[in-house]
Amino acid sequence: MNENIKERINDIVKKNEVCLFMKGTPEVPQCGFSLAVSNMLKHLEVNFTGINVLEDQEIREGIKAYSDWPTIPQLYIKNEFIGGCDIVKEMFEKGELQTKLEEKQITYKK
Amino acid sequence: MSLKLEEIKSLIKEAIPDAEITIQDTAGDENHYSATIKSKAFSGKSKIEQHKLVYKALKGKMGNELHALALNTMEI
Repeated sequence: MNENIKERINDIVKKNEVCLFMKGTPEVPQCGFSLAVSNMLKHLEVNFTGINVLEDQEIREGIKAYSDWPTIPQLYIKNEFIGGCDIVKEMFEKGELQTKLEEKQITYKK
Repeated sequence: MSLKLEEIKSLIKEAIPDAEITIQDTAGDENHYSATIKSKAFSGKSKIEQHKLVYKALKGKMGNELHALALNTMEI
């Protein structure tokens, strides 16, 4: 992948402790899967940054190569790729997402 | 953009021969599916790696011809 885009994504995932690459914004998600992950984070009262890939074609394609993951949304916590909607949902239901937040020392509602 | 249910099944079977696949077309539009896949190939792998195995089986169609495939993978 293009080095510039890689650099841009590196920068985003480093500067934002919890960031969600999504379609739309946390306020107005444009896809059910992005909505679902956004809602789980909101439910846990996690302070996260939503990156709207619909506004940036470079990031939209770039993040797929960067994570080697073909779909959006994609959740990153402290530079680590956590997964897409199915994985995050499963982790949330099993309490593993909460454990992960704990490990990464991210504040959330217990 | 769409992909037939049978085609998804056969692509997965081709790459993961022992896969037990239950798949539904959730919107009836050949574009939104939900699948449960059981295989020995998943054992010892993280969820991310398990899902990647399935995406790989779909040969780049995921996110292109195929818009949505909710995945639940299990080891047997």
